[in-house]
Amino acid sequence: MPDAAAGTAPAGAARLPSLWARGAHALWRPAAPVVYGLVAGGVLLLILGKDPLAFYWTTLESGLLSWTGLMQTIIRLAPLLLMSAGFIVAFQAGLWNIGGDGQFLLAAAVVGGLGAPLMGLVPFWLALILLCVVGSAVGAAWTVVPSVLKAYSGMNEIITTLMMAYIGINLANLLIKGPFLTGRVGLPQTSVIPFRFLLPYLPGTRIHVGIVIALVALALVHYMQTRTGYGLRLRILGLNPRAAAHAGIPVKRDIVTAFALSGGLIGLAAAVEILGVWGYVRADWNPAFGMTLFAIVFLAGLDVVVVIPLVAFFAVIQIGGHEAARQAGLPNDFLLVLVGLILFFMVLTEWTRERSRRGRFRGRPGAMSGEAAAGDG
Amino acid sequence: MTATPAPSADGVSSGGPSDAIAIELRGITKLFPGVRANDGVDLVVRRGEVHCLLGENGAGKSTLMNVLAGIYRPDEGAILVGGREAAIACPRDAIELGIGMVHQHSSLIPSFTVLENLMLGRGAGVRLGVKQARQGLAELATVLGVEVDPGTPAGQLSLGQQQQVEIIRALWHGSRVLILDEPTSLLTPKGIADLERVLVRLKQQGLAVVFITHKLQEAFAIGDRISVLRRGRLAGTVDGPTMKALSPDELQRLVVGIMFPGEAQSLARVAGLGEPSEPGAAGRQAAGGEPLLELCEVTVAGAHNEVGIREALSLTLHAGEVLGVAGVDGNGQRPLAEAIAGQRPLASGDVRLAGTSLRRLSIAARQRLGLRYVTDDRLGEGVVESLSVAVNLVSKCIGRPPFWVRGRTRLAVIDAHAAALVDEYGIKAPGVRALAGTLSGGNVQKVVVARELSFAPRLVVFNKPTYGLDLMTTASVRARIRDLVDEGTAGALLISTDLEELLALSDRVAVLSRGRLMGVVPNRPGAEQEIGALMIGGGRDA
Repeated sequence: MPDAAAGTAPAGAARLPSLWARGAHALWRPAAPVVYGLVAGGVLLLILGKDPLAFYWTTLESGLLSWTGLMQTIIRLAPLLLMSAGFIVAFQAGLWNIGGDGQFLLAAAVVGGLGAPLMGLVPFWLALILLCVVGSAVGAAWTVVPSVLKAYSGMNEIITTLMMAYIGINLANLLIKGPFLTGRVGLPQTSVIPFRFLLPYLPGTRIHVGIVIALVALALVHYMQTRTGYGLRLRILGLNPRAAAHAGIPVKRDIVTAFALSGGLIGLAAAVEILGVWGYVRADWNPAFGMTLFAIVFLAGLDVVVVIPLVAFFAVIQIGGHEAARQAGLPNDFLLVLVGLILFFMVLTEWTRERSRRGRFRGRPGAMSGEAAAGDG
Repeated sequence: MTATPAPSADGVSSGGPSDAIAIELRGITKLFPGVRANDGVDLVVRRGEVHCLLGENGAGKSTLMNVLAGIYRPDEGAILVGGREAAIACPRDAIELGIGMVHQHSSLIPSFTVLENLMLGRGAGVRLGVKQARQGLAELATVLGVEVDPGTPAGQLSLGQQQQVEIIRALWHGSRVLILDEPTSLLTPKGIADLERVLVRLKQQGLAVVFITHKLQEAFAIGDRISVLRRGRLAGTVDGPTMKALSPDELQRLVVGIMFPGEAQSLARVAGLGEPSEPGAAGRQAAGGEPLLELCEVTVAGAHNEVGIREALSLTLHAGEVLGVAGVDGNGQRPLAEAIAGQRPLASGDVRLAGTSLRRLSIAARQRLGLRYVTDDRLGEGVVESLSVAVNLVSKCIGRPPFWVRGRTRLAVIDAHAAALVDEYGIKAPGVRALAGTLSGGNVQKVVVARELSFAPRLVVFNKPTYGLDLMTTASVRARIRDLVDEGTAGALLISTDLEELLALSDRVAVLSRGRLMGVVPNRPGAEQEIGALMIGGGRDA
């Protein structure tokens, strides 16, 4: 046996960097594209004849720096973070749950529809807990068809979740306009849960407890991924499905449970939004958080530590930008343009980083063609 | 019998410039992480000649030709085209030098017609010269003696026809040297016969053809010259006159001798495998051992384009025994190994481990019974490259104590376990938290072997355990296999394409060919010839 001096190096030498160091480093990465996106958005504002500095200042002021703005942003963060947690669980296992909006809306419709009647049957605190469970269950149930198809016949979940999302969104409308419809005239909507029965506020604020639920959920997801056997199984499944099968991991079962967990968290996000903010669901209501969060979570490298500030930033733009756009006389759609620009630059920087990283592996077939191409250009 | 590149006056090719050297490779070395795919290979390719490149899978044939075709850049060595040193940096350079490659799998676009496929990537003109192209295609088809309808979508052609189109495309691009990578592997017997006719035409046109294959019979039938690669090196060349002078049996013996030389055994001994029981390992054969693994009438379906276990296969392996499985790669070894491990279902029959039927058991359940599988695809499925060495060492016991208690990961225990194995197996890693993907191929294999051999294995299936490894690692892995069974309680099924390895380690050797068990040979003096005969016998009637 060869001398194994190299092998006995203490494990501590390779210890992971601290959470803070990792966070700071990870935050630096997405910072650049955000700046590029804001600059590009600024140029666009100039072309439209608006003052970009005023626009951004208003966004910041009414989204973060004013007390009401900050509260609104935090309130909005609750469903966004829960939904992000749902995406993280699925993506980490290599499962592309694209249908978050369908799971969200269907859960919202059921919670909205059952909310007021249930409040009349049981104490409101029990009803709130039951409705959170129901929302999660509906979100999870809506992943069963794609996950079973994926696990047992290898069908591409990107297609199936997307299709199920369309069905879910329209089924939600159908429920609101059908069985859950209240008798009133005007826009069809579910019955309204009385204001005093909604999720309680944090002491001294008007922020409902949803944000606590969201942060706890994210912490649990992070713990699951880094400190449990189940989390490791999902990571192996995501990194190398063949290795997962080879290692005897129950791949089919894990696909179904990971999908259900993902849908459950997204359904919980819907329940928290309905029970914390609205109290009812109107037909054709669709905040469409899913598509933007999908990109943010992915670009944050599925890392909880990075996801939280990025999603918070997105919430500030949503809340503050709403006011800024109103003051500048721009439609709300401009905010989507801004977010789109930032996402675009994120993809661009990610791509260049990937390219330079791959360039270092000389002698690999892929790198070879890359070098040749670089030489040509 | 080694390389004799003397200009020979062989009358195989039809007159013309048969001696003209088209391509000369000098000292080509190509390194991949942890593997020396080509090691100083010299090769001369002549016009008007089919040059067969023969060797086991992983011997470096495809790598060498990918170097020539500009897909890989060699780490050392030079390529001479028409006597002048050529710099081939990318496939386009190779095409411009007249070197065309037809890959094993079709690169035609299925929904495009034959003509459209041909016109792809030719010239930069905006206008497509359809009429010209049609005419060119007709001419080339006549030259090759094949019939191709230019308007048929490529996807509707048979695999043999697709290959013909690819050959035409290579000629269309002005190729004077044509490389065919395992061209017969997907063809029907008729397709092979057609291909042989095309090759004769190509020779008559004065083209140089390099024909990559691992099938002996094919090389004998088609080649004018045979070069054998073994473990990345040129093991020898048999030229035309020699081929013609020898009887088929003599030729076979000569080439098999080059492919599986006897010196490997002594090498292994030098490298520390000096078990006193070496040749007489057979003496202990199943000495009172219980039947440990029983394969009863097993058949396994092959995946797409893969040979499964076609004929009911029955084998018994006893405790304290290494049962070797010999055969040229791709004759059903992987389906067999995966069926035992539980990674693919049995089509029929049963597998029993110490009397327990495994048929309905999951992979994990089989592992708990003491079954281990050292996969031949160590990077593809053996380890997760982006996870640490420590995690990879426990990846087959996730959730089980002592590493997990009530679902909670106990990192300290995992690290300590890893540190002990790293030490015991001499795994060279910067630390147990180093990512498995940063290790060399040999050390990755040590990680895999260490994982499979920990926690009291009863039966270990080794699939090509030393493939691509350096001498020292090969020796240490082989020693582990022997140590495993010498205690008498465990057994090993050793699947290998390396005959020397099988003879050095096995008590008995089963021979697989074309998905059939050809026979089981006890390891005794002369076994090598018996095994060789069974291997070739299988190839002949295929």
